Amino acid sequence: MTKKFAKEVSIAVAEAVAQCKVDVISAYPITPQTHIVEHLAELVNNGELDAEYIPVESEHAAMSACIGAAATGARTFTSTSAQGLLLMYETLFIASGMRLPIVMALVNRSVSAPISIWNDHSDVMSMRDAGWIHFFAENGQQAVDLIYHAYKVAEKTLLPVAVNIDGFILSHVVEPVTFLDQNLLDKYLPPLKIKYKLDPKNPITIGAIGVPEIYTEAKKAQDEALKASYKIILQAWKDFEKLTGRKYLPVETYQMEDAEVAIVIMGSLAENAMNAVDILRAKGKKVGVVRIRLWRPFPTKDFLKAIGKVKTLCVVDRAVSHGATGGPVGIEVRSALYQSNKRPRVLNLIAGLSGRDVTKEDFVEIFEKTFETLTKKPTTPYEIYGVKE
Amino acid sequence: MVEIRLHGRGGQGAVTSAELIAVAAISQGDYAQAFPSFGPERRGAPVQAFARIDKNPIRSREKIYEPDVILVLDPTLPKIVNITQGLKPSGIAILNSNLPEPELRKLLHNFQGKIAVVDATKIAIEELGLPITNTTMLGAFLKATGLVSLEAIEQAITARFGRLAEKNIKALKRAIDETKIY
Repeated sequence: MTKKFAKEVSIAVAEAVAQCKVDVISAYPITPQTHIVEHLAELVNNGELDAEYIPVESEHAAMSACIGAAATGARTFTSTSAQGLLLMYETLFIASGMRLPIVMALVNRSVSAPISIWNDHSDVMSMRDAGWIHFFAENGQQAVDLIYHAYKVAEKTLLPVAVNIDGFILSHVVEPVTFLDQNLLDKYLPPLKIKYKLDPKNPITIGAIGVPEIYTEAKKAQDEALKASYKIILQAWKDFEKLTGRKYLPVETYQMEDAEVAIVIMGSLAENAMNAVDILRAKGKKVGVVRIRLWRPFPTKDFLKAIGKVKTLCVVDRAVSHGATGGPVGIEVRSALYQSNKRPRVLNLIAGLSGRDVTKEDFVEIFEKTFETLTKKPTTPYEIYGVKE
Repeated sequence: MVEIRLHGRGGQGAVTSAELIAVAAISQGDYAQAFPSFGPERRGAPVQAFARIDKNPIRSREKIYEPDVILVLDPTLPKIVNITQGLKPSGIAILNSNLPEPELRKLLHNFQGKIAVVDATKIAIEELGLPITNTTMLGAFLKATGLVSLEAIEQAITARFGRLAEKNIKALKRAIDETKIY
């Protein structure tokens, strides 16, 4: 049996990054991501990791340094949260547009104002359209594994990958994790070789101006690459399953076989939702959970298959899309449904903003609310759950 | 699953205690979680930390509202914090105190369950020269619950504290001897 280590998830993520033999790390500290880059800085400082650690003056510079390094063919890593991601925003699109295989651990935190250091998904949703691949982890083991997958996928697709890890409720928990044996990982993730890179011996230009005559084509090519990444992601997960027995799917389900109603959710709160399913199943209620692991590219077909024949889907969003027709996941789900003949009712709740606990009891209540929609249509397109009146 | 809520004051090592419990439990083959209460913690202010131990993998991302065990590092806390809030009647309160049992029960709103008491501040001052009671109170935790082995906790403390481990282990062992269970 593989040895289990008791690790704070942040530290485990940093060690997985180090195992991936990154060449360049550039980051600026921000809660709750700090422990990841602190630990990497320590590993570099102690000579345990042969990498350049570039301390920078801001997250904008952190991503810029990763872009520069990745353009020369280096394996790069950065990590941020909330305001840090927003300061990095401009460069996120440059990373994807220039097709650079950068990996970022995005430790999800609420965006200010009001000032908050706690967890929700308002930061990641702001970069929804930036052309990155997005994974969501539910526990420490997944966070570690998804870092390995991220490099594999980024370097095969030439697209940047963000591994989303819920701040505090996941990042700061000490729990058992196992690491992939280094020899196996080296085979899974061979050294990075990029065909087109900045090299003084063979000068090329990348990231040149996209005049109206070619910008559309460049964007089409980028969009096709992101869509095509789906198959590469599936293959990366299959290869990983062969090595470890741990299975990853774009959309994962819990007790969905005969479910009448289901919660759709991303990230670590899925664990509490599954606990609520256990409570309700014990009482004979047909409930399930659909967990979206791959957010971009959105796995529409997997999602439509996963929902089975449910009568109502309750999409639990972790961010507000102000003025929109729902939360970001709710909007995505409605759009995906319209591409099929399935027409379950959709109840869209926004819950767990700024780290407010959404307990298994809350999820039981959410399921009960969802059952009410079987006879009565939801009266609003979305609702913020648990607001104190 | 056993759920443990730790109460301390910022700087006393409640978070470290929770982590050591989880590290020890995982090293002996169990599953465990440990996490702090996430907020702007200040030195001296009441803080909480949490731990879970189970024979099976743990699936949970919420605080502990109905603990099986409370572990209280600071003797002044029961007066200002409702430390038994949510504590299961079948649970156990592990306290750092030099007060007799009847007075403790009054402080705990007449909690009728099991109480384990040790004067951890006295032991910590004598053994460590500091009123930092986290490792000492782990001795009381071991004695009262038996959830982690002495060997596992010694290993966890050694890995964490290096050259300071010896003194901390001595304090912990004294607490095992001196903890009284009512």
